[in-house]
Amino acid sequence: MNKQSNAYTIIYIIVLVVIVGTALAFTAISLKPRQQANADADKMRQILASVAIEVPGSEAITAYDKYITTTFVVDETGNKVADADAFAVDVAKQSKEAASERLLPVYECTLADGSVKYILPMYGAGLWGPIWGYVSVDSDGTTIYGAYFAHQGETPGLGAEIEKPAFSSQFSGKKLIKNGAFVPVAVVKSGQVPAGDADYVDGISGGTITSKGVGAMIDNCLQPYSAFLESLNK
Amino acid sequence: MANKSVFFNPFSKDNPVIVQILGICSVLAVTAKLEPAIVMGLSVIAVLAFSNVIISLIRNTIPTNIRIIVQLVVVAGLVVIVSQLLQAYAYDVSKQLSVFIGLIITNCILMGRLEAFAMANRPWPSFLDGVGNGIGYTIILVIVGFFRELLGSGTLLGYQIVPQSFYEAGYVNNGLMILPPMALVLVACIIWVHRSFNKDLQEKQ
Repeated sequence: MNKQSNAYTIIYIIVLVVIVGTALAFTAISLKPRQQANADADKMRQILASVAIEVPGSEAITAYDKYITTTFVVDETGNKVADADAFAVDVAKQSKEAASERLLPVYECTLADGSVKYILPMYGAGLWGPIWGYVSVDSDGTTIYGAYFAHQGETPGLGAEIEKPAFSSQFSGKKLIKNGAFVPVAVVKSGQVPAGDADYVDGISGGTITSKGVGAMIDNCLQPYSAFLESLNK
Repeated sequence: MANKSVFFNPFSKDNPVIVQILGICSVLAVTAKLEPAIVMGLSVIAVLAFSNVIISLIRNTIPTNIRIIVQLVVVAGLVVIVSQLLQAYAYDVSKQLSVFIGLIITNCILMGRLEAFAMANRPWPSFLDGVGNGIGYTIILVIVGFFRELLGSGTLLGYQIVPQSFYEAGYVNNGLMILPPMALVLVACIIWVHRSFNKDLQEKQ
């Protein structure tokens, strides 16, 4: 058989692509449930990390069931939306909607000492790709209890530092509501103070765009919760 | 060539990174920290060994004019499978490596070895060649990752190595080490040291 003929070449590549395609489809389908379970468990781990509960991915589901007592979805006016599953809400998609259109998931968490925290998800853009996080708020709706940030591909050692506790722990104790009005926590360069009376944290040196992305994400994703937070405050 | 030299040559005398100057791009990308460098090395060893064997098995059937495409399809398929397996069974590692696993496809060592060795040799020597070159690549990644993490972050595998008292005395992490250009400088230093020990590799004037 002539291996250099066009017919042989075309048939060869078709057969090869079909074999490789089948192998890939088979791998993807057979591993899908496991990957989804991993992704869900990882999301639960991240939610818990915002209230300073650090568990390995394998124990995340048990810990999540233990600490997260209820989940619900609110709208911009602070009213609960019926028939919505908070865990299934795609925050990435919601964060691009107009504030009045958004579904806003809230995870209610009861800690070991009996205190109640509300965990709010966030999603935004860093320098190279998406960044996201969770912020937990005290039951008075005003004070941040803890925060967790993660990123897809920020520069290691620079923007990627937002996932370190050294950065996220700065948020504890910052106020989201001042004089009855919502003010997002600002992320500024070390040594600077933001305009207005907003609480602020220090950004990452060398990770300016990522730090700004975190600030913008907090602003964009927490602003719609202001009615909900103020209703807690009453 | 004896199987032994096929396996051991890539460690030093025929190292893919510092002698053949292949795969430099991924050395720049993944070595800011030691751990991703190690996992990347292991993934490359696996992909390189299996793609070498597969190409070697079908080498006599491949039409010459589309051989690069065939190699690429095999490599890309294997890389996607490795990435899917990591996502299912080693989720934390796969999250850390994210884009780097996909980058294996563009690693010139793979195409280089497939074209230079697997197309002309039987499966078993091809397997040894793949593992050997993968290890040679990993050695360089680990050396570069070691210095970049130690000098750039003061840690190794995430553990603090430079004591806190150093920082209090005024020591500062070298931020330049975190950036890709320093990987190039470090690779150049390794090549310099390596050549000064291996006089036969030095180019004649």
